[in-house]
Amino acid sequence: MNTHGADAPARGPFRTCPTTGLQVHNDADNLIKANAVAATVALLVGGLTAILVLLTRWQAVHLLDAEMFYRVLTIHGMNMLIFFILFFEMAVLYFASAVILNSRVAAPKVGWGAFGLMVLGTLMVEWTMFTGRADVLFTSYVPLRAHPLFYLGVILFAVGALTVVSIFFATLVVAKRERTYTGSVPLVTFGAITAAIIAVITLVHGAAIYIPTFFWSLGMMNVDPQVYRLVWWGLGHSSQQINVAAMVSIWYLLGALTVGAVVVSEKVSRTAFVLYVGFISMASAHHLLVDPGFGSAWKVVNTSYFMYMAVLASMLHGFTVPAGVELGMRLRGFTQGIFGWLRRAPWGDPGFSSLWLSVVIFGFVGGITGVTFGTEQINIIAHNTLRIPGHFHATVVSGTAMAFMGITYYVIPLIFRKKVAFYGMARWQPYVFSIGMLIFSMCMTFAGSFGIPRRHWDITFAGAPFDVPYSPAVNLVMGVMAIGGLLAAVGGGMYILITVWSVFFGKPLGAEASKAALEGSVPPGVYNRPFLQIPADDTEVKEHGWMGMMPGTMILVIVFLVAFIVYYFANWKLLSFVWKVG
Amino acid sequence: MYTTGVTSPQGVWWKPAHKSEKIWFTISFIWCLILFAMMPFWHFKGGQNPSGIRAKVNPADYQARVTQFIQDYRVGTENGIPVVAPPAGSDVYLLGQMWAWTPILQLEEGAEYTLHLSSIDLNHGFNLYPFNVNFQVVPGYDYGLRVTPTEAGDYRIVCNEFCGVGHHLMVGKVIVTESTDASGGDR
Repeated sequence: MNTHGADAPARGPFRTCPTTGLQVHNDADNLIKANAVAATVALLVGGLTAILVLLTRWQAVHLLDAEMFYRVLTIHGMNMLIFFILFFEMAVLYFASAVILNSRVAAPKVGWGAFGLMVLGTLMVEWTMFTGRADVLFTSYVPLRAHPLFYLGVILFAVGALTVVSIFFATLVVAKRERTYTGSVPLVTFGAITAAIIAVITLVHGAAIYIPTFFWSLGMMNVDPQVYRLVWWGLGHSSQQINVAAMVSIWYLLGALTVGAVVVSEKVSRTAFVLYVGFISMASAHHLLVDPGFGSAWKVVNTSYFMYMAVLASMLHGFTVPAGVELGMRLRGFTQGIFGWLRRAPWGDPGFSSLWLSVVIFGFVGGITGVTFGTEQINIIAHNTLRIPGHFHATVVSGTAMAFMGITYYVIPLIFRKKVAFYGMARWQPYVFSIGMLIFSMCMTFAGSFGIPRRHWDITFAGAPFDVPYSPAVNLVMGVMAIGGLLAAVGGGMYILITVWSVFFGKPLGAEASKAALEGSVPPGVYNRPFLQIPADDTEVKEHGWMGMMPGTMILVIVFLVAFIVYYFANWKLLSFVWKVG
Repeated sequence: MYTTGVTSPQGVWWKPAHKSEKIWFTISFIWCLILFAMMPFWHFKGGQNPSGIRAKVNPADYQARVTQFIQDYRVGTENGIPVVAPPAGSDVYLLGQMWAWTPILQLEEGAEYTLHLSSIDLNHGFNLYPFNVNFQVVPGYDYGLRVTPTEAGDYRIVCNEFCGVGHHLMVGKVIVTESTDASGGDR
C-alpha cells in the first residue's frame, strides 16, 4: 500500500481501486467474489436451519419432530461452522495477500481448482445430510455412523481449503519477490498469516481423523471413540482459532478503514498473534475435561500450558484494537475528555458498529465464558449444557460472523465495485443482529446453568420413564432466548438481502470516489479514506497519568477484567455447592 | 510514523511498547497465572475434581459387571428398571445405552461411593439433575468417580450427549436417602 498512490497507473490485469489506490488483480477480484458468494449461500442455509432449530427448542412452539430436529441441527452446524466460515476465510486470505500487498495471485487456476473441490465436497456433505444419511451432528462422534460420502466430502473440502492456504503463502512469496510492497507486511496480513498457519495445523488434524473415519464407515478399520474425540477436537477447536485470528485481523482492518485506527505498537500486536500459533492450536483439551480417557495432569496442562498464553494474546488484542481506534481518533483531533472519541465515533457506519459490537461481545460474553468453562473443574458444571452453545454463539457468531459482516460493507464497494443496496438498512443491521445474538447467547448460558442440555429435542422429556421438573424460570429464559434468536435471524436476513441485492442487482460504483458521489450509498470510510491520512509522528496527544495516551481504553479493559474476575470466581462458588466428586 | 493495520511498517518495528500497554500486559499475565493456579489449587483444597479412576474396559465385560452389581444389591423395581442399594463405600456401576440408564441407584447421604460410568454403544452424557454435574460417558472406557451425595432427595440422570433419535427418553434416577449414621450426615 505504500508504493502506490491513488493515481498510480494500473498494470496489465490489475485495476487501480479509485478509493484506496490499491492495485487489485482480476484473479484476486474474482476468487474473492466466488468464495464470498459460496459463503453467503452457506450462511443462508445455516440461517434458515437456525430458525428451525430455535423454533423447536422453544418448547412453546416445538416445531420439528425428533428425527428432523437432529438432521436440521446437523445441517445448521456444518453450514455455519465449516462452509460459511471457511469459504469466507478463503476470501479473507486472498484479500490479505493479493489485495493488501498489491500483488497478483500465485497460481490462480489452482485457486479455481481448489474452489471447485470445496464446492464438490460441500455438495457431497449437503446431500448426505439432507437425505438423512448423516444424522450425526456437527461432531459426528464415532461410533455414530454417517454415509461414507459425508466423511469424503469433508476431506475434499479440507484438501481444497489447504490448497488455498498454500496459494496464500505462495502469493506472499510472489509479492515479496516482485517487490509489490516495501518494509514488512502490514499487521492485517501478518494476522492472516497466523490464521493460515493455524489452518494448516487444523486441517492436518482433520485429515488425521476424517480419513480413518472414512475407512471405518466402509467397515475397513476401527476408530476408538475416545481417540476420535481427542483428534476431532484438534480440528473442531483449532478451526475456531482460525476464526479468532482471522477475526482479530479484520478488527484491525475495520479500525483502519472506518476511523483510520493506528497500530499502537506493532511489537505487541504481532507478538500476540504469534502467541495464538504457539499456544492455541491444541486447545482440544477444553472439550475433554470431563472425559474418562485423560488424567488431571494432562487436562490441566493442555487446557492452559501452565499460563494461558492464548488468553493473554486475546486480552492484548482486546486492548490494542480499541486503543488503536482511540489513538487514531485522538491524533485526528477527537481529544475531548476520556470518552469524547468514542461518543463522536461513526456509529452509523456499519463497518465501525460491527467492529465495536464484535469486540465487546466477543470479549465480555464469549471470552469470559469460554475461559471459565474451559477450566478443568468448572467444566463439571458446564459440559454439554446450553452454557456451551451460549459461549460459542457469543464468540463465533457475535464475534467472528459480526466482524465478517462488517467488512462485507466495505468489500461490496471495494471489490464488487457496487453501491451498498438498502444502505439505510445496512446502518441498522449490525445492531439488530448483534443485540439479538447477545440476548440469545446470554439466555442460553443462563439456562445452561440450570443444567439444560444442549443438542436436545425435548426438555419436557415426554415418554421418558421419569419426569425432570426444571424450574419455571427456565421456560421464561428459553422464551426470551427464542425472541433474541429470532431478532438475530432478522439481522442475518437483512445482511443476506443487502449483500445479494448489492452484488447481483446493485448500482455500479462508477469511477468517481468523492463524498458527493457516494454519500448515503456506501460506508463513509470508503470516501473519507481515513486510512490514507496518517497523522505525523509529532502530533501531540495528551498523556493521562498512568493511563497514558489511551485512557478510555484503559478504563474499558479494567471494567472487562473486573467482570472476568467476578464471573470466574462466581463459578468456583457455584461448583463448591454440588456433590463432592473426585 | 504511525502505521495502520493495512500499512507496511518501514524499518524496524520492534520498538518499546507504550506504558499503558505494559501495565495491561502485566495485569493480564498475572491474571493468566491465577487462571492456571486455580486448577491445581482446587485439587488440593476443593471438593469437586474430574480426576477419577480411569481404565479401558470391554463393553461386554462392563455390561456383565453391571448385571452382577444389580444381582448383588437389588432392592426393587421402578418403571421396569431395577433399583439397587449398594452399601456405603462400595463400587457402583451405571450403564448408559440407547436409551436408558441402568440401574436406579439408591445411595446414602454423606457416604462416599465409587461411581463407575460407561456405555456399551455410543457416547452418552451424564447430567445430574438438579445439581448440574456433568461427565462424558464413552464406550470402552470406565470412569470411576468418587462421589459423595451431599443432600438427600430424588435426583435424575439426563443424557446430554446426542445418542440418536430417542436421546430425550434417556432419563435415569438416583435416590439419596438420609444418613442412617448420625455422624456420616454431618457435613
